[in-house]
Amino acid sequence: MTTAQKNTHAIDLSALKREDRKSAEQLETCIKVENLDLFYGQKQALHSVNMEMPHKKVTAYIGPSGCGKSTLLRCINRMNDLVDGVTIKGKILLDGEDIYDKSVNVAALRRRVGMVFQKPNPFPKTIYENVAYGLRIQGINDRRILDEVVEKSLRGAALWDEMKDRLNDNALGMSGGQQQRLVIARAIAIEPEVILLDEPASALDPISTLKIEELINELKEKYTIVIVTHNMQQAARVSDFTAFMYMGELIEFGETSELFTNPAKKQTEDYITGRYG
Amino acid sequence: MDNSKIKQHISRQFNEEMEDIRNKVLTMGGLVEQQVDLATKAFMGNDMENAEKVVQQDQYVNEMEKDIDHECTEIMAKRQPAAFDLRMLIATIKIITDLERIGDEAARIAKMTMRLEGADYYQDKYYEIEHLLNLVKDMLNGALDAYARNDVEEVIAITEQDAKVDREYTSITRQLITQMMENPRNITRALDMLWAARALERIGDHSCNVCEQVIYMVKGKDVRHLSREELERTVNSVR
Repeated sequence: MTTAQKNTHAIDLSALKREDRKSAEQLETCIKVENLDLFYGQKQALHSVNMEMPHKKVTAYIGPSGCGKSTLLRCINRMNDLVDGVTIKGKILLDGEDIYDKSVNVAALRRRVGMVFQKPNPFPKTIYENVAYGLRIQGINDRRILDEVVEKSLRGAALWDEMKDRLNDNALGMSGGQQQRLVIARAIAIEPEVILLDEPASALDPISTLKIEELINELKEKYTIVIVTHNMQQAARVSDFTAFMYMGELIEFGETSELFTNPAKKQTEDYITGRYG
Repeated sequence: MDNSKIKQHISRQFNEEMEDIRNKVLTMGGLVEQQVDLATKAFMGNDMENAEKVVQQDQYVNEMEKDIDHECTEIMAKRQPAAFDLRMLIATIKIITDLERIGDEAARIAKMTMRLEGADYYQDKYYEIEHLLNLVKDMLNGALDAYARNDVEEVIAITEQDAKVDREYTSITRQLITQMMENPRNITRALDMLWAARALERIGDHSCNVCEQVIYMVKGKDVRHLSREELERTVNSVR
């Protein structure tokens, strides 16, 4: 084989063309929202939302305060069931099953769809017990299994190296950023399919924020992630798909790279470029 | 897409910064247009004074390029622009590179004119390239106009004009070859002319590049290396 031939072999030309790269990727729908309406009492908070969020990708919801993005996020693990006076119409399908079907066990659903909130909320227990908590309430008390899961989850949340010698310290003594990652470790300990993040970094300093973003990037290899954020640059950095919501409506949903460089709707453009709506 | 687009940010300072960049690009464009015109006319009419002026002014074009580049970088670092704002900054950075190159081509013609001072064959004027100059000036002017107005309506016509420029360049080349074959003493003059025509033809190409960036800025579609039909389809697509 001549040198020239060798060189042509070494370079995969199809990987060089953007269009070809894109079409090679197959997306499977994980969560499908169908005609979702939500009312808080008389007030309608979501207006027939339709969207499909793919498996093992990060989907971000952006939009001004009160646009319904957190409400929509909370629908995905039925957190809104706990709010008085909420009426929900329409469907949310998780892997094809309607999560609002009467036969669905909500506790089981929430095991599949974990959630992390804006403020870190570790339990006032040791770091170890925080992570092991989910397994303990499922009745798993075998020390060997627990040790293994705690290590795996803390590693998954990029906390193991920092915390391996402090597993018996109280979690409340950790920094805000560490607590948030601990809460993520607690969420992934029970191996959910989906992780919902409601402004996970808004109470954190810039470095902790970057660590969380880095973590999100690692987590999407195993989990489908949906994140609500006020920080548009954060959405642009961490997500594969972005949904822009305004006044309870889904205005635009598409690939993040496209939405932030060339949005299709004027409202989206006005919002992401900081113009008057 | 209306021109007031860059004026509607919640941050007034951001408006002013974007407006400032646009104005500077247009000033730079105006200067470059003048350079092309002066240089070619100096070349055609054996006008040393203007040729020197062009060479001197080239440094202002270069300085403006650096200045605008710097401002664009600063806005990106400070404001993390998105959508149209981002595209405008990216397009601007590329457009000023082309403008600077156009300036270089003009300076090249001017320098050649100065070298020719006193050459005995230079008494012949070089009017053959006047038509080419006019075509190219039109293109550059149209491209800058499209940038100023965020308007891609005219850009198809401009890119079509590039084909005319290429034809004109080929025809001048052919004419010069004939002259050279007729009399070898014409060769030096013909080569000068060929260089000048080549420079103008390149200016036409750079003007086309500016148009492509304006399309990217307005439509968000990268139209480089597309066929004419694809380009036309993109420009006419609704956005």
